[in-house]
Formats: sequence, structure tokens, C-alpha cells
Amino acid sequence: MSHETTTSQDLDPGRFGRFGGRYVPETLVNALDELERAYREAMEDPGFRAEVDLLLKDFVGRPTPFHVAERLSDHVGGARIWLKREDLAHTGAHKINNTIGQAVLAKRMGKTRIIAETGAGQHGVATATACARLGLQCEVYMGAEDVRRQALNVFRMKLLGATVHTVDSGSRTLKDATNEAMRDWMGSVGATHYILGSVVGPHPFPTIVRDFQSVIGRECREQCLDAMNALPDMIVACVGGGSNAAGIFYPFVEDTEVGLHGIEAGGRSDAPGQHAAPLAHGEPGVLHGSLSYVLQDEWGQTMPVHSCSAGLDYPGVGPEHSWWKDTGRVTYSSIDDDEALKAFQLFSRTEGIIPALETAHAVAGALKVAATMNANQNLVINVSGRGDKDVVEVMRLLGEH
Amino acid sequence: MPYITAGDPPKPDLSTLIVGMADAGADIIEIGIPFSDPIADGPVIASAMFRSLEAGMTPAGVFAEVKKARASTDIALVGMVSDSIVAHADRGRFVAQAAEAGFDGLIVPDADTRDLGDLQEACKTHGLTLTLLVAPMSTGARQREIVEHSSGFIYLLARAGVTGERQDAPDIAGRMSELRALTDLPIGVGFGIATAEHVTAVGASADGAIVGSALVRRLHEAHEAGEDVGTAAHDFVKGLQTSP
Repeated sequence: MSHETTTSQDLDPGRFGRFGGRYVPETLVNALDELERAYREAMEDPGFRAEVDLLLKDFVGRPTPFHVAERLSDHVGGARIWLKREDLAHTGAHKINNTIGQAVLAKRMGKTRIIAETGAGQHGVATATACARLGLQCEVYMGAEDVRRQALNVFRMKLLGATVHTVDSGSRTLKDATNEAMRDWMGSVGATHYILGSVVGPHPFPTIVRDFQSVIGRECREQCLDAMNALPDMIVACVGGGSNAAGIFYPFVEDTEVGLHGIEAGGRSDAPGQHAAPLAHGEPGVLHGSLSYVLQDEWGQTMPVHSCSAGLDYPGVGPEHSWWKDTGRVTYSSIDDDEALKAFQLFSRTEGIIPALETAHAVAGALKVAATMNANQNLVINVSGRGDKDVVEVMRLLGEH
Repeated sequence: MPYITAGDPPKPDLSTLIVGMADAGADIIEIGIPFSDPIADGPVIASAMFRSLEAGMTPAGVFAEVKKARASTDIALVGMVSDSIVAHADRGRFVAQAAEAGFDGLIVPDADTRDLGDLQEACKTHGLTLTLLVAPMSTGARQREIVEHSSGFIYLLARAGVTGERQDAPDIAGRMSELRALTDLPIGVGFGIATAEHVTAVGASADGAIVGSALVRRLHEAHEAGEDVGTAAHDFVKGLQTSP
């Protein structure tokens, strides 16, 4: 089964089984071909890899720590829980792994201007940071609703020299910010690179982003072997578009003894429009250039979504996750807003880590999974980001309760 | 070739607008089927799509209106539709419904190369033409691939970027001759064609000019101002016509 997973891409580049592909206006086809070529050449160039690795080490602070969560493990009384600390990467989340890689690639391609979409603002901040470090012009598209929820990150991006465009169309969240970034790119493709922030979008983006994020899983694999002299029994990560999950899962996909579990945003309920869980409730469809599970109505129109977490508030998911779901390699389930808020507080108190609301979904899911396991088993949570950006929103949400 | 977004403005019905524009002398009418995430469209058409969806327009609604219009006109009607909608259930079923309603062809701007064969086959089976887009940066090999899967006419994008009005007429002569060498199909040019002058300029080398955003904006303004939208559409199309 895992063998199939890796060969699916060798047979048809850009596809993960039947998922993925390139459903874009013709104007972008040549740009995506060019990007694919440039990416392949770069990855074969030891100089490129060395430049990215050095930035990840010195600027981002990699490798990120890996340690046991003593008190959370005791609290659950099941598996021994370990934490992969992406929240300690520079800018406070895993997003920087991808933006550094793509920004170096963009420079190599001779691009001078970078655009990006952002939901929670973490990818926008990570993009603005990489651009500041490498001297690239940066413009970020962000939905009006997210600009409100994540005001601090908007200011951060501005401090880093980026221009933030508020997107007022459609649902005014991540989906619409992505539309707007793609529109910009259609007219600016000569000098501009679009740094997509998750494992979504047209080929080659899902592959590029997964590869740059796989540093998480590669480090984690070594750290597990050092710390427990074995591979973990289970890895849990949250899934919006799915980049942190793809990054930690991918290097373990062939190790079928390692269970992989993705957590989607269950929102308020299972009713249409009240959650953001396309793998649980969606159907295969096309959004933002690739075929994947999507929350769509009977006509293929994208449905509204809800999650307390701006980073998970997205109606689609990366095509490789759809493939992993269909092949059964990864198990996916949902955590609702209330469970995530409780885990947010519990994690803060037991581990001294205020997690991002996105990460709180992974923590809540891990608590359930760990409870079904025994003390000799090891479960890893990918702590994808820190929660500083969310404290104002959580204060508001707790006030309502 | 006028383009309108189905369902915007809400009145008069799409069928009435179609008949009115046919009477005004349109050669082919392009009908945009609204989609929730139209990434190739600029603010004018994207907003029209959001308004139309908000008002409850669906592909079934578009089909019903086209069927109604067919009682009064035999003008060529092509649907512009995202592959997200076509592929959602089943490409064959969508194409069959479009043909049954009375469409003569479809324009699909964002299909994956892998699915072009399926799409072409479905259109052929149901007697519809399939129009694909050629962009300014499409390579020679890519143009051949597009031409190979197209029927009816080829849609040449006058420029990179999204739909929307521009000041100057596009310079397409070079790309037209390149494309002519590859196909005998007629070539329509769109994106940024807004005025009768643009239509004339484009007509010097192309077989048709597609005017979208300028018309969609005009109809929305007429609706907002309480004017008769049917008359506005008729007059706008009349005004685009160039003397032979």
C-alpha cells in the first residue's frame, strides 16, 4: 500500500492517484511548467540545497526540538506523548520552512516580486520574513474576516515591509485570498513568484510545499530513533490545507508500522457550512487548480465553511491527503471548536506551551487517540505553531461561553 | 460576440436578454455560468457571479432559460463554464444537459490537459463544439495541443491577466498569424475588449471579438439606476457593431 503511494507520482507527475492535476486558466499553464522545471533543476543542485539548509539552520533555528510531554501523558494515561516543536521555528510556526525554500527558488528564477495568500496570517508573516531576509518585494492577500481576527499578524507583515491587500469578495477568508493571489499572478507572472502556503493548488505546488515541509518529518524520524530507539507508533497533526501534516507524515509513509492521523476542523457541528472538514464530509471536486476532496454543493459551487481557527477555515485540502485517505494510509477525523478550545487551555497548563488554535485541534485529537493506546507506545504530536496570534480571539471565544 | 453572466442583473430573465441581443445583431452570444471561485475573472465579472449565485442561479436555471430562448431565436449560444462545475458530477451528464437545453457549444477555460480527451469526446457525442483558450505565453506545442482538442472556434486571450476593460486595443497580429498556421478554425479574441474601436482593431485579423466586462458593467449600472436592462443590452450590442 505504501509502495503505491510513492509510485503514484512517478507514473503521472502532478497526480496523487487520481487527485491533483492542474485545473487553471491557460495563462498560468506556462508559468507552472516553468516553475516545475526550475524546481527540478534546483533540487538537483547541491548549491541550492545547501543555501536553503543553511538558512533553515541559522535563520529559522532548525532542527526544532523534540521532547516528551510528561504531564500531558500522565493526564491521558495512555500512550507516551512526544512533541515536535515547530512552534519554536522562527516566526512561530512551520510555515517558514516552505517560504524560505520557495523564496530562494524565486530568487534563483530571477523573480523580484513575491505574492502570497494567508488565512491565519502565519504564512503571510513567514513569507514577509523570508522576503525581508532575501531582499524581495512582498505583497500578501488576506480575507477581510481574517484581517479582523488576526490584526496582530497584519501589523507584523507591515513591519516586515510587506503590503497587505484586504480581500472583500466572496466569504472574505482564505479561499478568497487564494483566488485574489491567483488573479494577481495571472497578470504579473513574468517578474512575480507566487508562494503558495499549503500543499494545495495546481501542480507543482502540492509537491514543492510537501518537499520543503518534509524537513519536519525527516528530523522527527532521527529524533525518534535517538530518543526511543524506535519509530513512533502514531503521529498526529492538524489538517487545513495540510502542509504541516504532509511535512511530518511524508518521511514515514513507507513505514507502515507507524500510524498516521490527521485532524480536521469540526467547527460547530457536522451540518453544511458549520465545519471545515472536506475529508470527512466532502466529495472529489476541483478547487484552486487541483482535484481533491472539497466541500461543494450539488452543482460544484464551493460551500461556506466555519472553524474557530483561521488557518483551518478552508473548504479544500491537499490532493495528497485525499490520496492517503482513499488508500487508507492516513486516518482522518475531526475535532470541533469546543474540544479545540479545551485542548488549547489544557496544553497551556500541562505543558507550558500556548498552542496555535490549529495545533489545539491536533492536541485534542491526540488526546483521544493516545487514550486508546498503552504506556509502551509512543505518540508524536506535530506542534505546528504557537498561539500568541490567537490569544485575543480565544479571550473573545471564552468570554462568550 | 457579447458575453453576459447568467442571472445578473436578475431582471429581465436571461432568455429575454438573449433574444434582445440576438435582435441587436450579435453573431454568437457567450453565457457565463456563475461559479463561486472564478479565478480568471476580474472584479466586474466576479462580482456579477457572486450576485447571481446569491440570487439563487444554478446551472439548471441557466439551462431552463436557454431552452426558453430557443423558442424565439436560433442564434449561436456558447456557455463559458469552469471545469469545477462540468466535472463535479460527471462531464458527460453536464454536456448532455447543456446540449439538451439548446447550447451550441461550451468554452472551458480551466480543464486539465489529462481531461481534454474526455471533454472533447463528450462534446462530440452530444453535438456541442468545445472551445479552449490560447494565452499569450502558450508555447507552440501547447497551442497545437489546444487546437487538436478544439472545435467550433479557438478563444485567443488578448492579454495575460484577468478579464476586465482596458484602455488600448491589444496588439494581436503576431499571435494571430502563429495560430492561423496551426488551425483553420475561426478565432475569437477576448479579455480587455471594451469598445467598438477595439472590436474594429481586433477584427482586422481575428474572426470575432468577445466583449464581456464592459457589457456586464453596463447592465449592472442600468439595473442599479432603474433603467430598462433589456434596452441597455440591445443598445450596447448595437453600438459595438462595426460597419462592414
